[in-house]
Amino acid sequence: MSQSSDALLPRFARAERWVHRTLGILVGVLLVTGAFLFFPDLGALIGNRQLVTTTHEVAGWLIPVPLLLALGSRAFRSDAGRLNRFSPSDWEWLRSRDRRSGRIRVGKFNAGQKLNAAWTLGALIVMFGTGMVMFWSSLFPDSLRTGATFVHDWTALAMAVIVLGHIWMAYRDAIARTGMRTGSVPEDWAEREHGAWADEVRSR
Amino acid sequence: MTQQSELRSSNRGTPVGRRVVLGVVGLGVVGVATGRWLSQGVGDVVAATAPGLASVIPAAGGFRIYTVTSGYPEVDPAAYRLSLSGLVERPLSLSLTDLADLPQTQMTKDFQCVTGWRVDDVPWSGVLLRDVLDAAGVDQDAAALTLTSFDGAYTESLTLEQAMRDDMLVATTMYGAPLEVKHGAPVRLIAAPMYGYKSIKWMDGIELTREVQPGYWEVRGYDVDAWVGQSNGRTDEPVV
Repeated sequence: MSQSSDALLPRFARAERWVHRTLGILVGVLLVTGAFLFFPDLGALIGNRQLVTTTHEVAGWLIPVPLLLALGSRAFRSDAGRLNRFSPSDWEWLRSRDRRSGRIRVGKFNAGQKLNAAWTLGALIVMFGTGMVMFWSSLFPDSLRTGATFVHDWTALAMAVIVLGHIWMAYRDAIARTGMRTGSVPEDWAEREHGAWADEVRSR
Repeated sequence: MTQQSELRSSNRGTPVGRRVVLGVVGLGVVGVATGRWLSQGVGDVVAATAPGLASVIPAAGGFRIYTVTSGYPEVDPAAYRLSLSGLVERPLSLSLTDLADLPQTQMTKDFQCVTGWRVDDVPWSGVLLRDVLDAAGVDQDAAALTLTSFDGAYTESLTLEQAMRDDMLVATTMYGAPLEVKHGAPVRLIAAPMYGYKSIKWMDGIELTREVQPGYWEVRGYDVDAWVGQSNGRTDEPVV
């Protein structure tokens, strides 16, 4: 049974918070500079195309750095493993209409968070690869350059939608944000949002 | 498998995350391989269903806007002048009214960028470059043109022979309306049979010279004779 509701459970290690913040800043810079490069009327507002391009390229090259460094963290590797694995209750949670009720006691990450993480990693790989084709465009035949531009553009639009959704979910849940900022969450929140994980932490 | 290890593996669950990552990457690879045709298809669908979308989302088939300086240069239309200088019989400084008094020509042409995008069937109007040159009178010694932009940085070049073609337009309108600033207002060149970088925007000067002086992108490695499909290592369909 839960103890007092102001007990805190450790949720994210320092390395995880650091990689989340760094990746968030980099992806933010990429989306904003990308928007200025992509939408003619936005680009017209600030011009400076060369500076915007260089900023976009530098941020793009940096994307793998926090991810690779984070692989040195046991907590990051463990959570990456959790994000990877779908249990039968994850499918049930996705299909259910009362996902938010807490009836299905989810683990550290719910199925939506798992899908978001997997999509984001896949999309980052795609953006990095197509970005390299565009960066070294003279090495590639023009059909591939056109294809890379096409994929880069539409994947960016999809990423923007998902990132906005991610920010919206965080905006609606101040405690979830606290968890990512400080590393711990109140036990009653964990009980409500990630019941199976709360059980697991308490049993350690 | 013992009961316990069976239990453990089912607890670990299926690696859906890995499948999603590989699926997204796989789709990306397929998209790169087929994007040339897909993007054409998307452009066609957008043009048929929501023609306004392409001007907002370039990936849907619209123009991408490139400049080499900060922001877009603007000029008071009343103060604008197009100068013709160098090896000409009568150096000229043409206002927009002067240009409007010259014979007007309309043409509808595909616009092909050397970075790969293409906009089909863009209607332009203005004065044929040939007619502008005739107004100034070209010296016998002249063999080339150096074109300048009032953005202060961009230049372009043409041979006189190329400039005299009937698909080289000093354009003042696009899609039936005066050029927008981002498309080079008030006057740009449309070098229709060549890649877009030849079609200098914000054009304010035409100098007749003896020899071709390579333009802004040409000193940075792009071909001087920029015929669509026959230069810059590209194999695009010719524009029509």
